[in-house]
Amino acid sequence: MKIVHSPVKQIIELENHIFLLKIHSPEIANSIKPGQFLNIKVSDNIYPLLRRPFSVCDVEGENIFLMFNIFGEGTKILAHKKIGDDVDILGPLGNGFNFEDDFDTAIIVAGGLGVAPFPFLNRYLKDKEIYSFIGGRSSKDVITYKIINPEISTDDGSLGFRGTVVELLAQNLHRINNRKVKIFACGPNAMLRALRELCLEKNLLCEASTECAMACGFGICQGCPIESSNNPDKYLLVCKDGPVFNISEVII
Amino acid sequence: MSSVDFKVEIGGLKLRSPILLASGTVGYGHEIAEFINMNSLGGIVTKSISLKPRKGNPPQRIVETPAGMLNAIGLANVGVEEFIKEKIPFLKKYDVPVICNIAASSVEEYVECTRLLDYEESIKAFEINVSCPNVKEGGLQFGNDLKSVGIVTNKVRAVTKKPLIIKLSPNVSNISDFAQIVKDEGGDAVSAINTLVGTAFNIFTRKPKIKNVNGGLSGPAIKPIALAKVFEIKRKVEIPIIGIGGIMDWKDVVEFMIAGASAIQLGTVNFINPIAADQIKKDLEEYCVSNKIQKISELTGSYILE
Repeated sequence: MKIVHSPVKQIIELENHIFLLKIHSPEIANSIKPGQFLNIKVSDNIYPLLRRPFSVCDVEGENIFLMFNIFGEGTKILAHKKIGDDVDILGPLGNGFNFEDDFDTAIIVAGGLGVAPFPFLNRYLKDKEIYSFIGGRSSKDVITYKIINPEISTDDGSLGFRGTVVELLAQNLHRINNRKVKIFACGPNAMLRALRELCLEKNLLCEASTECAMACGFGICQGCPIESSNNPDKYLLVCKDGPVFNISEVII
Repeated sequence: MSSVDFKVEIGGLKLRSPILLASGTVGYGHEIAEFINMNSLGGIVTKSISLKPRKGNPPQRIVETPAGMLNAIGLANVGVEEFIKEKIPFLKKYDVPVICNIAASSVEEYVECTRLLDYEESIKAFEINVSCPNVKEGGLQFGNDLKSVGIVTNKVRAVTKKPLIIKLSPNVSNISDFAQIVKDEGGDAVSAINTLVGTAFNIFTRKPKIKNVNGGLSGPAIKPIALAKVFEIKRKVEIPIIGIGGIMDWKDVVEFMIAGASAIQLGTVNFINPIAADQIKKDLEEYCVSNKIQKISELTGSYILE
């Protein structure tokens, strides 16, 4: 965990107003694990005041990639960075995915921009079979950048399966019978809630990357609580105890 | 070695630097210790401690607002017992004065907390958070009621000889009346200010952005208010003041000291720039050297009114 100032190398606009920011940051590239995040100060003044959390989409050599859409003022400023501009990065933060336990098949479940951490994770899953289930409200919300074997769902049926990504996954579970499966998920809370139910019912091992409004990103503001399944008297913190949790251990 | 004398004194509390870290913005020191030199801080004010652990409020607890942020953490904390067992041993590893901030829902709880913690040698002073609902008075905040602030100060004073600081609420008409009662009831200093009550709505869902509806506003947005409050106290009451409210850099520190603060606390800035305390100290030294200020305490209340 450190603060580094790293220059923008490239700004890539994918389709549907999704941006990829390539930043030359050897300090972060050499230390970050898939699922960990960065808290970024997008301006050098007090507007916006707080850092903004981003997961790392991918790492290539000494470069890191951030994936985002223009959602608010922070991401607007980030999208308008010029090559060579400094990015003020605090990271790596939080706990990433654990991909060292016993499984032979990885299932990626992501909704919308929830695909962001998976290109990087995929690099660590080279010896596994990977299936990906990617959802969005409509075809323009479906992102499949560097996603392996994607099966698509949309709420409005404009692309792929009509319904939620968790419904799509449930329909396909028979395909992975007799395999040692681990699910890696990231997406809106409604998706994670449904996925959690499915995983508990079918006894599936699943790690989910969660999200919450936060200020500091490293535990001092206490701004990002998440309910723990094991201890109802104490919240966990998304930034420090997560953002990746075993999905059975949190109540989303 | 710096040629500037950074030592300050606040109601009997001698500190090597006027730069303190504010309650609720650095937990119990674990995380911030990775970024700054704890051993050069003036002091660290702990997250509010209550008698029993508190879970705190459900999310969303935080939202950014123009030049500021609202928070409603709900005094989430580990409680006195775990604080003594788990947190104090960590803080003892450093040479940093610990100011223990106390929150409570009744006068008796303030007293009991202080009494239990008074034995801890590493706690050099108490800061009482009076911006808590008084359960026995129908949830009215202690800090908004002159009489309650007087009673809390008086009763806590009776159980500790350590410097007693009351952290004042800005959500009152005349903050100097509160500083006066703190002084009258035996308090040694005041911290000014705690957060201002604020809220924010989502214009699409029409729901409050913070689950608790109201939150405490902090950050640069509140600095002018905090300065006015510090200045008001300085002019009307003879009591040491610890200035708090939106300090982002050394210039803000100087401004607070000129307005009347003997020391300051860094709060929201820790979330954004966790190395702020070290940077500000270095910058302050440069300011003092180039302005021929030998003792930083000379700045306190050095305003000039035409």
